[in-house]
Amino acid sequence: MKVLMFGWEFPPHISGGLGTACYGLIKGLNHHNQEVIFVVPKLYGDEEPMADFVNASDVEVDYRERNFIDTWQNLTYLEINSYLVPYLGPEEFEKYTDYTMHHRLDLEDSVFSNKYAFSGKYGKNLMEEVARYALVATQVAKMKDHDVIHAHDWLAYPAGIAAKEISGKPLVAHIHATQYDRAGKGGDQGPVYEMEKAGLLAADHVVAVSHLTRKIVIEKYGVHPDKVSVLHNAVLDASIIESKIKKKVPEKIVTFLGRITYQKGPEYFVEAAKKVLDRDPNVRFVMAGNGDLLNRMIERVAELGMGTKFHFTGFLKGQDVDDMYAMSDVYVMPSVSEPFGIAPLEAVRHNTPVIISKQSGVGEVLRNAIKIDFWDVDAMADAVFALLHYESISRMFKELGSQELKELKWEHVAAKLVTVYEKLHQKQP
Amino acid sequence: MRTICFYFQVHQPFRIKPYRFFDMGEDHYYWDDYLNKSVIRKVAQKCYLPMNELLLELIKQHQGKFKVAFSISGVCLDQFEAYAPDVLESFQRLVATGHVELLNETDAHALCSLRSKSEFKRMVENHKAKIKRLFNGYEPKVFRNTELVYSDKIGEMVAEMGYTGMLTEGAKHILGWKSPNFVYQNAINPDFKILLKNFQLSDDIAFRFSDKSWSEHPLTIEKFTAWINNVPKDHQVVNLFMDYETFGEHQWAETGIFQFMKVLPSAILNHTGFTFSTPSEVLGNSKPISPIQVPTPISWADEERDLTAWLGNDLQNEAFTKLYDLESRVNKIDDAEIQRDWNYLQTSDHFYYMSTKFFSDGAVHAYFSPYETPYDAFINYMNVLSDFIIRVTRKEKEMQEVG
Repeated sequence: MKVLMFGWEFPPHISGGLGTACYGLIKGLNHHNQEVIFVVPKLYGDEEPMADFVNASDVEVDYRERNFIDTWQNLTYLEINSYLVPYLGPEEFEKYTDYTMHHRLDLEDSVFSNKYAFSGKYGKNLMEEVARYALVATQVAKMKDHDVIHAHDWLAYPAGIAAKEISGKPLVAHIHATQYDRAGKGGDQGPVYEMEKAGLLAADHVVAVSHLTRKIVIEKYGVHPDKVSVLHNAVLDASIIESKIKKKVPEKIVTFLGRITYQKGPEYFVEAAKKVLDRDPNVRFVMAGNGDLLNRMIERVAELGMGTKFHFTGFLKGQDVDDMYAMSDVYVMPSVSEPFGIAPLEAVRHNTPVIISKQSGVGEVLRNAIKIDFWDVDAMADAVFALLHYESISRMFKELGSQELKELKWEHVAAKLVTVYEKLHQKQP
Repeated sequence: MRTICFYFQVHQPFRIKPYRFFDMGEDHYYWDDYLNKSVIRKVAQKCYLPMNELLLELIKQHQGKFKVAFSISGVCLDQFEAYAPDVLESFQRLVATGHVELLNETDAHALCSLRSKSEFKRMVENHKAKIKRLFNGYEPKVFRNTELVYSDKIGEMVAEMGYTGMLTEGAKHILGWKSPNFVYQNAINPDFKILLKNFQLSDDIAFRFSDKSWSEHPLTIEKFTAWINNVPKDHQVVNLFMDYETFGEHQWAETGIFQFMKVLPSAILNHTGFTFSTPSEVLGNSKPISPIQVPTPISWADEERDLTAWLGNDLQNEAFTKLYDLESRVNKIDDAEIQRDWNYLQTSDHFYYMSTKFFSDGAVHAYFSPYETPYDAFINYMNVLSDFIIRVTRKEKEMQEVG
């Protein structure tokens, strides 16, 4: 099978989990001898050569063609209405709203140039890039022979739809996160939601990263249940990471590691920390990461008077992330709505026991973790206390968690995906 | 004489309320009164009351030819007294017929026989006293241990306490080619007799009765009578041991379980050569056939018939060890509430909830456990146990100051 796949980022140049998931998926598809043409807005040249990569920035587009004009008109309509930049919390959304309204780029001038240099980031020109990416998709769909189209998240949905219009091949919409997860209440409005909905409804099949997400796709986007399958993410490397890093403090360390945004539920972690510290002063809490709620979290920690026990590290990367996991005695992911959430699996690789919210898809594959409702700070505090004080539970997590990880292979995920492709292919007239 | 021996287990634990670590040191009441009361009331309506009434009717109808035995745990009796005096009264009426035998067990339905002889003895004495008080001076002669847990050593211990025999599982791995349909002897004390559960015929009623995937479904009285008739001629006794909640609770009334039991006595008495006996009658009338070797403890649970449902993982072992480490300290404390909680915390169900054996079989687990996961069960129990340790320590200090 030849798969024409549209993504937004690819390792090593990634800013979120999407690129890593695409990498694992392609690796799995390679294992099953599937040919993948992978299109990204921007290539850096140091990507592992595991697919027929297409750099959207290199594709020449003849904008006078009728198809392009139609596509473009559809998309500019969305663009003009766009107040939202995804992957940011509600507060940063607001800032961007101001920004786009007052500093609008003059679109028309740049539209008809032949090549467009994509940033491939999630910046202020995101909507324009998404639209241009769709234009490139029509060109690629013409150039490259393929049997099925596969688009990852809303950024690539317009591209997927455009390619389907050209080649008529079946479209698989892969959903890694929805606007509901990102924006919370009010996720059902705005251009991102509209684009997600258009992609999900136009797709011949939808692949969701968890049952949690499948439910959202069906209930909030009105996609027919028969059309949606679940493909949980896997891990590239399930080996246990033995770290030499030593803690420099005698206290136990409890860690939050992730973007400090509404979606990740940092405030619940802070409140739970207070409850634990009131009872047991021999614990330190760490919040690692950056985000629009960081300042508010710092203020709240000060307000609760636990500044000497609750620490912020800022954004961590590379070895620092590994060290942080390794130093932690407990890792907490209190996400309000997490389609999957790969981070707890990383914690397991460091033999660190994990507490995750029941609103996280990863819980569907990770049995050996404590699961709590994100809002239930009492339960969260209780679980933290238990993991720090009752040894046998951590010991069991260490033994059983690593076994569970070994079962999460991208080959298995890709095998399921291939059957989805094959079914769609057979349905082709 | 060929005979059938029915024994029913009646037990409900005191379930623990959601207890957070910040309750520790402040809130010393652990029991979920609301949940416990509603479970007792529900099971009373579905099982205890209707089934007791049916048994009473059958005993009267057959003028003493039909008889059964019960073991009612002390923690269950406590809950009957508090939440279901009507159920207690109906058991009292049954026992008063003279055709219902009561067995002794550990008061708290505990696993202490595996850990401490002194605690085991204390618990059995307590249960004995409770039965005596509630059932008009009744004194059981036969013993049944929690979850039918048995080993040569446990048997010896029970014999020492004056019982004539005890009940356990007819586990395949201890029987080998032998049949459970005989009376056996304890391997250490040959005077102490053992009755073994016929798990095939018992589980046909208790587990498979309404199982539509079972090839013999539906189980009719004709079929069951034929199976009883097929028991080899030289076999003496068929021990049908099961949870009492089988009737109306595990097997709902709609499955026809009550109708089945209603016609069972006359079918057996009229169409087979079998009679009905209570455990002490069986022990009195039959000659033991041989000793049975049980070096490591067995139980009536799961395929393995071992202890792994209660003491099979690190969580259970930590909780169990930390609990029994307290024994000698608690024994020195004269405080009604501490003694009560020490009892209730030993109930085997708390450890069963922590089992990870049935992780994949969520349905079975959810049915028997008030917790979502074994980890939740462990955390809640350990929080309570931690508070209990605080109380014991405080009490010890008080006593020192006074002394």
